[in-house]
Amino acid sequence: MTSAEKNRGSLLIKGGHLIDPAARIDAPMDVLLKDGRVAEVAPPNKIKGGAEKSDKFDARGLIVTPGFIDLHVHLREPGQAHKETIATGTAAAAAGGFTSVCTMPNTVPVVDSVEWIEWLRQPERGAVVNVFAIAAATRSSKGATLTDFRALQSAGAIAVTDDGKPILEDAIMREALVLGGELNFPVVQHAEDTRMTENCSMHAGARSFRLGLRGMTAAAEASIVERDVQLAMHIPNARLHVAHLSTADALKSVRRGKRAKARVTFEVTPHHFTLTDEDMRDYDSNYKMNPPLRSASDLEAILVALADGTVDAIATDHAPHAAHEKEMEFERAAFGITGLETALALSITRLHRGKRIPLARVVELFTAGPARCFDLRGRGSLVRGSIADVTVFDPKKKWTFDAAKSHSKSKNTPFDGWQLTGKVVATIVGGKIVYSG
Amino acid sequence: MNPARGSLLGIEHLEAAEILRLLKFARRMNPDKPRPLLKGKRVLLLFYEASTRTRSSFEIAAKSMGAHTVLIQSAGSSIEKGESLLDTGYTVRAVGADIIVIRHPNAGAPYVMAQHIDVPVINAGDGLHEHPSQALLDAYTILRNKKTFKGLQVAIVGDIFHSRVARSACHLLSKFGVKIILCGPPELAPDIATTLAPGIRVTRHIEDALHGTDVVMLLRVQKERLSGLKIDLSEYIARYQMNPARLKMAKKDAIVMHPGPIIRGLELTSEVADGAQARILEEVHNGVPMRMAILARAMGKT
Repeated sequence: MTSAEKNRGSLLIKGGHLIDPAARIDAPMDVLLKDGRVAEVAPPNKIKGGAEKSDKFDARGLIVTPGFIDLHVHLREPGQAHKETIATGTAAAAAGGFTSVCTMPNTVPVVDSVEWIEWLRQPERGAVVNVFAIAAATRSSKGATLTDFRALQSAGAIAVTDDGKPILEDAIMREALVLGGELNFPVVQHAEDTRMTENCSMHAGARSFRLGLRGMTAAAEASIVERDVQLAMHIPNARLHVAHLSTADALKSVRRGKRAKARVTFEVTPHHFTLTDEDMRDYDSNYKMNPPLRSASDLEAILVALADGTVDAIATDHAPHAAHEKEMEFERAAFGITGLETALALSITRLHRGKRIPLARVVELFTAGPARCFDLRGRGSLVRGSIADVTVFDPKKKWTFDAAKSHSKSKNTPFDGWQLTGKVVATIVGGKIVYSG
Repeated sequence: MNPARGSLLGIEHLEAAEILRLLKFARRMNPDKPRPLLKGKRVLLLFYEASTRTRSSFEIAAKSMGAHTVLIQSAGSSIEKGESLLDTGYTVRAVGADIIVIRHPNAGAPYVMAQHIDVPVINAGDGLHEHPSQALLDAYTILRNKKTFKGLQVAIVGDIFHSRVARSACHLLSKFGVKIILCGPPELAPDIATTLAPGIRVTRHIEDALHGTDVVMLLRVQKERLSGLKIDLSEYIARYQMNPARLKMAKKDAIVMHPGPIIRGLELTSEVADGAQARILEEVHNGVPMRMAILARAMGKT
């Protein structure tokens, strides 16, 4: 549901430093947007075609990049508008620099039909950024019968998943990858062997033992990822995307798959590269999510993979919940934290400033990387003719995240009050500024 | 919000000096010679889980200090109707609770309560996490029998993984330099348990655990918490059940403790449960003065 058609004006982004990893650009450039597309990219003051009549955006001292893409958000509609709506969730996305988000189907009811895909795309939903629907892989995400991949894809779904739950049965996962392979349709796996994680609420380790909380083992994730990679390696054209990968062992399987040229992609979340299981204090359920915060060695392995180019995308797994669903017994509290408004700043603070990962690589993880995972054509780069989705940010700006002022309807985040570096200045969707900070 | 002063949420963060102060105070408490330290105070006993010993001894402790007690159990209260933990907390606070004693099947529930309600919260057992009043009364019992913690070796045998008693005992004994040996099969006594506190060792062999041991603490196999875990009870009995022959491997003057409820014929035989070395009923008896001390501390009276 691009809003490009509505935007017939033109906008000149002047004086900024363009980082467009897909086009191998990391240099001062002006960008001209026109009629919802990128009309021209040129060195400072070299843009010709109609620049004088355009609106101007002064990007001096700022980084200009393709619009960020979040492969994994829970917008909670239909059915759970008390947590988030498409309007509030996409407002939070815009504030976080995201011009496109992919919304998960574990809603009430589950988005497993063409009708719900179409409902999500209606203008009445009030989306301020592009929303791409990921459909359920099985009916009601019960893991038993595949949905109609072909019809869902034609209706606009960009991938399938039973996220929140795994596709557990070997035969069903195999069938999904076979059919997905025929249709060039990614199958997104929430990798958790739920037979091993019953009643578990955090990572299995010294801390879970100390707190008396049953722990999810790393093996419960790694065993599913290993199986799926094995399947993907042997099914022609199968496309496997591993959601929120969190363990060093699962990473090993993905690396093996990639080396074998299987079409395996994966995302990691900002919280998994920022926090470990030791960080949770006093049963604060803002540290409860699935997959859980892992061990320090898992986090280290993920940092290595972020730096060496293995990770395909940073995705937030933005999972809003109302206060009354979180302020309760830790074991009973809902899984998940919000993430759209802190993702860039955590990435700049922890990856770029903390670990010296080049800014261009960080930008790739928000743009070209995710665009490739789900074939989002015309996005993830600002080459001439691309869709005019642009993110402008200040990589040096220090700020303090105040969850109470978040655009999301929910405030369940462990990062409230964190001092961070790197702030979104403008989010441009289809040539139109939808957020300016 | 920080927990109210006088709260007792666990042993882990309690200082050794504070523990000694509580133990000393408990020695001066005698339920048969009432002292009205809690005169007119209201003690709310919030029990989300079954209990015999802990509930009755908190109740007797409170009453023998002049407090009113109200018992709220999940069955027959608004908890059954779906009221949240915090709403129940706000409600009992509004009723006028001066102290909340809470027993709950979920680890950390007393923390959640204490972070939102401005009266002292006493943890009477939370899930697999901690059972601080039990650890204190066990320490009290050990000191009555062994005079000092110095040089002691304590073996804890059985289902450590599911035991809040074991976690609290490990924290407490470790703070006084006691040598702690945990004994059981890997599913019940996992190696990770050694990370709980300094001075903890895990063994699979009962002989190894008992050799040179001064105190044998037995734990019940908690069938209700196994959560799909398969334990072969006959094998458990063969390898770990405490019987007179095994007890001889410990020091001659070793004492046998058990937080109860005991299951005769499973973790111990009747000869051991009723034998001269058993201190199981003494523990129950000591629970009252110990909990008097805990309640008095909650009201700033120690």
